[in-house]
Amino acid sequence: MASPNTGVKEHSHGGDLPISRLDTHGSFDVAAFPVPTGREEEWRFTPLRRLRGLHDSDGAATGAVTVETQAPEGVSVETVGRDDTRLGRSFLPNDRVSALAYSAFSEATVVTVAKDTEVSEPVHVKVTGNSEGEAYGHILLRAESHSSATVVLEYAGSATYSDNVEYVVEDGARLTVISLQDWERDAVQVSHQYAKVGKDAKLTNFMITLGGDLVRISPSVRYAGRGGDAELHGLYFTGAGQHHEHRSLVDHDASNSRSRVEYKGALSGEDAHAVWIGDVIIGEGTQGTDSYEYNRNLVLTDGTRVDSVPNLEIFTGEVEGAGHASASGKLDDIHLFYLQSRGIPADEARRLVIRGYFAELINRIEIPDLRERIMDEVEEKLALHE
Amino acid sequence: MTKFEIRGLRADVLIGAEDREEILKGVDLTIDSGETHAIMGPNGSGKSTLAYAIAGHPRYEVTDGEVLLDGENVLEMSVDERARAGMFLAMQYPVEVPGVSMSNFLRSSVTAVRGEAPKLRTFSKEMQNAMKGLSIDPAFASRGVNEGFSGGEKKRHEILQLELLRPKFAILDETDSGLDVDALKVVSEGINRVKAETNVGVLLITHYSRILNHVKADHVHVFAKGRVAESGGPELADALESEGYERFVKAGA
Ligand SMILES: Nc1ncnc2c1ncn2[C@@H]1O[C@H](COP(=O)(O)OP(=O)(O)OP(=O)(O)O)[C@@H](O)[C@H]1O
Ligand SMILES: [Mg+2]
Repeated sequence: MASPNTGVKEHSHGGDLPISRLDTHGSFDVAAFPVPTGREEEWRFTPLRRLRGLHDSDGAATGAVTVETQAPEGVSVETVGRDDTRLGRSFLPNDRVSALAYSAFSEATVVTVAKDTEVSEPVHVKVTGNSEGEAYGHILLRAESHSSATVVLEYAGSATYSDNVEYVVEDGARLTVISLQDWERDAVQVSHQYAKVGKDAKLTNFMITLGGDLVRISPSVRYAGRGGDAELHGLYFTGAGQHHEHRSLVDHDASNSRSRVEYKGALSGEDAHAVWIGDVIIGEGTQGTDSYEYNRNLVLTDGTRVDSVPNLEIFTGEVEGAGHASASGKLDDIHLFYLQSRGIPADEARRLVIRGYFAELINRIEIPDLRERIMDEVEEKLALHE
Repeated sequence: MTKFEIRGLRADVLIGAEDREEILKGVDLTIDSGETHAIMGPNGSGKSTLAYAIAGHPRYEVTDGEVLLDGENVLEMSVDERARAGMFLAMQYPVEVPGVSMSNFLRSSVTAVRGEAPKLRTFSKEMQNAMKGLSIDPAFASRGVNEGFSGGEKKRHEILQLELLRPKFAILDETDSGLDVDALKVVSEGINRVKAETNVGVLLITHYSRILNHVKADHVHVFAKGRVAESGGPELADALESEGYERFVKAGA
């Protein structure tokens, strides 16, 4: 199932230079990737039996999703077939599930923000599942050069769903993508979101994962020119029995590129499992890379599990800044004491502190309704375990 | 008329999972509303422990004794119930609570203590006035609770809360330390306003008689080795400042 794949070189650091352990080669050929067994580094945290076949099926879609869109003037939204030549040009699938999804989708959604166009109203793309069978999707978000836009990508309903989302941020463009995983409790999703950030372009991504039974998302960033900037923010609230896995990969393959990866989560309830893998590669021969990533987890009850793994690989000596941090802990009882000592009841004090923990991140979302909605949903989940 | 009584209070500091150490070794003290009692004593003698044990700090555990507010045992109440019953502690080291804005915190607190939510507009005004009275820049209202505040700024905000919450009984733990000369005056005036308007009983912990020139104490107690070692009038503060605590530390050693 080959696809037009021009403009993407096989992804390596060349010749006799060291090859990154993190930097997997990609392919559109499903057969190029063996079926995962769960022992592989990339799969060892994921409970494969709960994937309902997304990793080992034959790619026959037995389920379906509906895609609704809403776009302001200046943004075009199209539904296109598999043969649309704009698809699949910005990335190579980096695992079997991604390749399988690309081989199996039947319609794709293409959002294009025209060159030099600045839109302040957000574009909405809502994917809703209504059955349990496997469904596949593909979305291309393209911000043409020097354009500026915000896309809210929302997933809802019940589904067994796998998709690839391409973010193409051309030179000088600014694209904000808020991906909201607001599935019903029984949904399963594996999503690969591949960003290509152009010269002096800026990508801001918010990955908000609240719903589902199992959600595994792999956002990755490559730079197509100097001076690109990518901010990946993540927020998850993992409740009893849920598995939320975020695997970010930032490949600083161009000079003067900047990245910030900042994921904050909370876990509450028996068998809540959150996984964060943050891979950063600073490519050979690049200069002036500035990168920082961190992950924090707030553990609200017993019986939860957190796996948090930052990986940083540097192939050059000329780094401006690179660092990482990872921390997990409980609510600070001294914070609660202070609020309670001012008369605030214990449950409200907890809410305030947790709100405060997420507020800094949520407040960067520039859509007030969405900010409130996310905060309300966080509080709903919180109330379940009080 | 409110009566605040501490009777035979003993308390441990909880150090680790197994480890604890007795700090308060039988404290007795009675304070009537409208009165101000100063407590002075050497570093490490247990003054803050007394304040925290009364407030219900999770790192301390009361092992014996009673703390009564108008005959009601405060120690049987949860931390927030104590505050709603009319107790207040201005802490020596106020806690930073990131991400919770000062204005949101103050409104939640005032709502809880008064038992009903104040009207947004009225409360905003009340808060701004109180901030102005303590020379606090209005911009602090949108910052996180004590987040990155300087030592002196934190202390001013403790007194801001005192003014807004109007407790029956307040413990002020070294509110004067870390304040510059002007701030000491501003903060003392704040305390005096609350005293004049509400007849609050005050237990004022300090190392310096300087603040007692601004906030008049009716009684002064010397605290040493976990208990009240001597009590007297305002003149005791001056004696302590010139003589030090040597005689109390030695006694009964
Ligand atoms: N976590 C702890 N581990 C061991 N000792 C502790 C701990 N916390 C407090 N203490 C001890 O308890 C004693 C009383 O401390 P406290 O803070 O009450 O003193 P204080 O009289 O307020 O002193 P200062 O005038 O310096 O504020 C001190 O000796 C202190 O070291
Ligand atoms: Mg002290």
